[in-house]
Amino acid sequence: MTTINYLDLLHLVLPEVIVVIAALCVLSVDLMFLRTSGTGLRGSIGAMLSLAGCATAVAWILHTPQYANVLDGMLVLNLLAQRMQIALLILTMLTILTFIGSTFTQYVSEYLALILLATVSMMFLVSTQNLLLIFLSLELLSLSLYILTAFNKRSVLSAEAALKYFIFGGISAAFLLFGSSLLYGLSNSTNLMRIASSVHGPFLDPLLIVAIVMTVIGLGFKVAAAPFHFWAPDAYQGAPAPSAALIASGSKVAGFFIFYQVMVIGFASAEGSGVWRGYTPGWVPVIAIVAALSMVLGNLVAILQTSVRRLLAYSAIAHAGYMLLGILSHTDQSRGALLYYAVTYALTVLGAFGVVALVEEETGGDTLADFAGLSRRAPVPSFCMLIFLLSLAGIPPFAGFFGKFYLFSSVLTSTPGTLGLLWLVVLAIAMSAVSLYYYLKVLKYIYVTDPPDGIVPIRISVLRQVVLCLIALGVALLGCTPSLLLRWL
Amino acid sequence: MLAWTIYISFLGVPVLLLLPKGSVRAARILALLTAVAGFAVTLWGFAQQRTGELVTVARAPWVPSLGVEYHLASDGISLTLLLLTGIVAISGVLFSWNIEHRAKEFFAFYLALIGGVYGVFLSFDLLLLFVFYEIAIIPKYFLIAIWGSTRREHAAMKLALYSFVGSAMVLIGLIAAYVVAGARTMDLVQLAQFPFPIHFQMWAFPLVFVGFGILAGLWPFHTWAPTGHVAAPTAASMLLAGVVMKLGAYGCLRVAMTLFPRGLDAWGFHVFGFGSWRDVFALLALIGIVYGAMVALVQKDFKFVIGYSSISHMGFVLLGLMTLQQIGLDGAVLQMFSHGILAGLLFAVVGRMVYDRTHTRDLSELETMHLSKAIPFAAATFVLGGMASIGLPGFSGFVAELQVLIGTWRSFPLFTVVAGVGIVIGIAYTWRAMQKAFFGSSNHSAPPTVAPLPPISAPERIGAMILVGASVIIGVYPQLLLRVIVPALHSPLFDGLLKGRGK
Amino acid sequence: MNILPPISCLTIVPLLGAIAVLALGAKNKRLAGGLALTFAFLALAITLVLWHRFNPISGGLQFEEVRAWIPVLGVQYHVGVDGLGLLMLMLSAIVVPMAMAASWHIQERVSLYFALMLMLEAGLFGTFTALNFFHWFLFWELSLIPAFFLIRLWGGSERAAAATQFFLYTMVGSVALLLAFLAIFLCTGKFDFMDLAEMARNGQFLPAFAAISDWHRFTAEKVALVLCFGVFLGFAVKVPLVPFHTWLPAAYAEAPTGTTMLLTGTMSKMGVYGFLRILLPIFCVQLRLVRTPLLWIAVATIVLSAYAALAQRDLKRIFAYSSINHLGYCMLGIFSILKFTGENPSLANEKAATLNGVFLQMFNHGLTAATLFWFVALLEKRSGGLRGLDDFGGLRKVVPVLCGLMGIALFSSLGLPGLNGFVGEFLIFKGTFPLATWPASVSVLGLLLTAIFILTILQRVFSGPLQERWSQMPDLTVGERLALLPAIALMFVLGLYPQLVLGVINSTAMQMVQQLRF
Repeated sequence: MTTINYLDLLHLVLPEVIVVIAALCVLSVDLMFLRTSGTGLRGSIGAMLSLAGCATAVAWILHTPQYANVLDGMLVLNLLAQRMQIALLILTMLTILTFIGSTFTQYVSEYLALILLATVSMMFLVSTQNLLLIFLSLELLSLSLYILTAFNKRSVLSAEAALKYFIFGGISAAFLLFGSSLLYGLSNSTNLMRIASSVHGPFLDPLLIVAIVMTVIGLGFKVAAAPFHFWAPDAYQGAPAPSAALIASGSKVAGFFIFYQVMVIGFASAEGSGVWRGYTPGWVPVIAIVAALSMVLGNLVAILQTSVRRLLAYSAIAHAGYMLLGILSHTDQSRGALLYYAVTYALTVLGAFGVVALVEEETGGDTLADFAGLSRRAPVPSFCMLIFLLSLAGIPPFAGFFGKFYLFSSVLTSTPGTLGLLWLVVLAIAMSAVSLYYYLKVLKYIYVTDPPDGIVPIRISVLRQVVLCLIALGVALLGCTPSLLLRWL
Repeated sequence: MLAWTIYISFLGVPVLLLLPKGSVRAARILALLTAVAGFAVTLWGFAQQRTGELVTVARAPWVPSLGVEYHLASDGISLTLLLLTGIVAISGVLFSWNIEHRAKEFFAFYLALIGGVYGVFLSFDLLLLFVFYEIAIIPKYFLIAIWGSTRREHAAMKLALYSFVGSAMVLIGLIAAYVVAGARTMDLVQLAQFPFPIHFQMWAFPLVFVGFGILAGLWPFHTWAPTGHVAAPTAASMLLAGVVMKLGAYGCLRVAMTLFPRGLDAWGFHVFGFGSWRDVFALLALIGIVYGAMVALVQKDFKFVIGYSSISHMGFVLLGLMTLQQIGLDGAVLQMFSHGILAGLLFAVVGRMVYDRTHTRDLSELETMHLSKAIPFAAATFVLGGMASIGLPGFSGFVAELQVLIGTWRSFPLFTVVAGVGIVIGIAYTWRAMQKAFFGSSNHSAPPTVAPLPPISAPERIGAMILVGASVIIGVYPQLLLRVIVPALHSPLFDGLLKGRGK
Repeated sequence: MNILPPISCLTIVPLLGAIAVLALGAKNKRLAGGLALTFAFLALAITLVLWHRFNPISGGLQFEEVRAWIPVLGVQYHVGVDGLGLLMLMLSAIVVPMAMAASWHIQERVSLYFALMLMLEAGLFGTFTALNFFHWFLFWELSLIPAFFLIRLWGGSERAAAATQFFLYTMVGSVALLLAFLAIFLCTGKFDFMDLAEMARNGQFLPAFAAISDWHRFTAEKVALVLCFGVFLGFAVKVPLVPFHTWLPAAYAEAPTGTTMLLTGTMSKMGVYGFLRILLPIFCVQLRLVRTPLLWIAVATIVLSAYAALAQRDLKRIFAYSSINHLGYCMLGIFSILKFTGENPSLANEKAATLNGVFLQMFNHGLTAATLFWFVALLEKRSGGLRGLDDFGGLRKVVPVLCGLMGIALFSSLGLPGLNGFVGEFLIFKGTFPLATWPASVSVLGLLLTAIFILTILQRVFSGPLQERWSQMPDLTVGERLALLPAIALMFVLGLYPQLVLGVINSTAMQMVQQLRF
């Protein structure tokens, strides 16, 4: 269907509209009623409003499942897209909960509004199969994230991070746009499915190869895959904690989802093969190289880090490498595995940043030394951090292990009859073994090292503890009973 | 019902953590009760099962889309090792009675480790087995890093990483097997019957065997073990050497050898005299026996002597496995039990009884202390433990090593002689350690040169008697365990391994 | 005793006693000693009952108990006694209380001392009754460990070296035994002594080794010979035979005297018993092949040890070498039986006589040697630790009773007719002369040398000038006299009426000879 009634369209995008309205509400309530109140109160009220908005959106989606494919693939709603939207909304809610109580800015309502706008863009991103809207959503998301990164006006690092992020983002957006225009030129359409059927042919057009590479560059930047990752460590380190959390969680999930859609649907016949000694040109070998590079680089450089945030950044690069495996095996099962991994990874990292925020507020820094003896000073967050880091390392029974297992087995089953991509899986498992070292290093500081000034308990708000525990519980539960999530994907 | 061993142990963890701060006594008692409860369940299960055949304990779908089930079952081999875990767990808690620093967390990690180990021995779904196997790695790290001694953080990290690398290797093999078998099920019994292609088994078998072998102390991947055991606190060393190394050997038998029996077949060509992976691993096991013994002979640190002797004894287990004779496998499983008990006993004496009192493990220093007069109970216990570990008849090690040697004679006659030499060296290093540590410099009956040492406490005595008793009971009446082990090895699971091998 | 299995009970009693002594006697020395003696006497009582119920006419095993134990290894719990076993049980049951009585002066760790003695006794009982290699070897080792610790912890000034040497020699022997029997098990599938002896008699023993004889082109005969040597080594160290005897003098000298009594009285008999029960029935064919060298080894043992005793100055060392000498006669007797006498049936009687002599000598020497060492202990107590030959002199004047009784024991050891030492030696020589004339003749030299050193002791210690320091030496107390009385009485009884023992052992001896079948 290429034409649609606007009312029907409104009906279809009601969740996004609700979130936008929530954003506007936050801004206006703050402007009109809360000029004289303290930052804390304004933050809490704004957060409650945003949470209400997101919750309403979630309720609406659950209540009225939609199926639609309108305007030449601009809006494609199906069960999967809606479930992803719900996941993104939940991640946003958790990010907002992490934000409550932060003191890095007085412009709380603007901050919350930006978060919500970023959420809107992510929701659009997962419900489209048209290159134009993809680009638009990505830009909206990126712009929101740049500003969110720069939000701490008292920190030089924040500004530097945002600038780097912006410059890199701009360049990669340019690449993406160029690639998209090449695709349009080749296929005379911006709809992914039609592009796929147009470029179908016995040989790969060299222009298509260029388009593939450019698209991979553009999207690879978004998910922080090597060698397009240079912005990530600084962004993770400089941005205020909730922003970094959002970048690490929500935008990753959305980014991978759209990466999958574009490559698997858009370049459907141009896969090629990355099997050992069975190379055929296509986008699969390209992504295989990128994945291998990300895994190796991310893990090896993370070993050297002393700042926990940078460590998490490099580990994010490594995990991006693992998740790319899900893309390059391009089956339904691998999509399920990828999304499971992405969602649980996002949850875990969100929790980890929550704990990092806590430590930073207490000690002013995020180096390993600042974490020393945390288990005695704040036992509950330390235990949650234990769960998060072990999940990231891939230790059962947490979600990270199961995600990896599912991903790796789906990679191997994708080439029926042979174990062709075994080399990649072996590399992934080997690098995963390496990663245990640096995660254990952090845990060592938390649990083993004695606190430098004696055991001075840290006061943490109940809300924060509850949120962290909820996330930890989620991670553990999704690991023990993965079918809870899997059947939804 | 046997599944309750796992649940009880894991349930103990949050209860312990929720105890109020500083309640050390409550923590100890709770940990002891949990360990005893777990062991009681195991005993019950052991009594219920007259023969050693496979009995399903729990079975429920876990991730149906992948064919992964929550499948717990036990056969004779599992029961033997469950009993071992129970006994060592109880003694470990008893020997940790004096821990004051962060006692709650110590026992919490301890119980988590035990729960994981119980889980491995009961799992019959490969993914579930792997999950429990990995769960066991993290508590080990913390136990050593927080409560250990010499260079503990380094040792803990080394141990964790080695174990993790080993398990990574196993994971690759498991995923590959799962995929090749059609990605429908992870059930051990079904996968054991699946005819994997021979060339696949030829690389999958050594991969998984070495992956588990790392944890079992297979030479030359054993280097984590002496460092780790020495650095660990007593109860952790007891568990590590006593039980966790057996996890590796169990994995070798239960996973590698059951799933990929054709991987042990002859290659058809010879490389340096080796004609199959079986030859290679048998030789590595043999080297482990002799190397461990020889290195133990020259150690200056008492605990290192025991650490290296563990490598030597585990060599017997692995050699027994590689004989592929019924009697050799019987002996290997019995040796797992026997060495588990004895390693626990010896580490308890060295760590808790001697080191905690004298604060030195250096044999030349201990020589001046006339410990046989100062702590006679420790001396007597070490003598008994030493005799058992030599393989003296009347203790559990004799029957086990006898069976392994008989099996080895039938499969690799020359190796039997070398293994015998290893036993003789074993007598030598045990003798030397005993002489130096307890019976001091020979000819004077001079009074001890140090202040009197604190006497051996009641929990230590009970723990020691439990361990010695277990070794003696099985030494005098090994049929108690053999009646479940032998039928277990006759079961169809091991058909591919044992039948059709001729010798 | 109809309900309870007698032999198992007998073996358990000392073990229970050891536990009881350790548990209850830790603080109270007298209680420890008293408890230990009680259990030892209990064991003696059970042995007497066994002796009484023993049927002297049948030569085979009695009081047999067979139970399944470890089926996968073909191991059964199989015990039983014939005349030889019963004799050895009796010897152990008598010597152990004597040894305990002689150890009354021990001050340190008394409970452990007596517990170890009781464990040793259990090991002895077990060794003399076990008929399956598995638990026989268990008890064999069980007697070794307490002996080691008894020497190591309570011995004299050179005890560490002596204990180590004792341990190493015996351990090497044990390892040789173990390996040989493992090989036998691998080829025949049996651990049971009776079964193996049966196989040897039926000629099935040798062919069993054909299975491994292809390996490295060994013939079955060579393999059997090697295995025979392994088992031989184990027992030769224990007896001991020259040249494996070098551990003995140091061990006997350094051990506390009660332990030495046990060592000489009972543990050395384990070696001879091993020859009789295990080596001879199973490996008779192989032994026959090397009969002549064996005979001359026995001769060397007899003569060289007696000669060495002449040179000693320490009483304990003299008696140590004398022990080696006396057991050499047993070995001479055993080896002489190996002669093939199929054509000459009357020689079978000589063989039976020789075996009777060997059994008697084992018992008598055990008794006498233990008593002699006891006297040395009594002397040491009175002299403050001195026991050199030259330390004393003219003691007859101050301690007449001591000297008198010790003289009786010394004469018994010499082999004076009328005392127990004579009968055994007489029977051995009587039987050996026709069977192995030259070795027997040379061995008479041993008798002569023994006479010389015993008379030397009599002269140096009892007669001669009295040294001033001994003029106040107290004589035997009433307690000591009462304790020694049974031993001395037994020496006379057995010397005058050996039929007491011969009646029990004769049938066994004859059956053994008959089963050797040549």
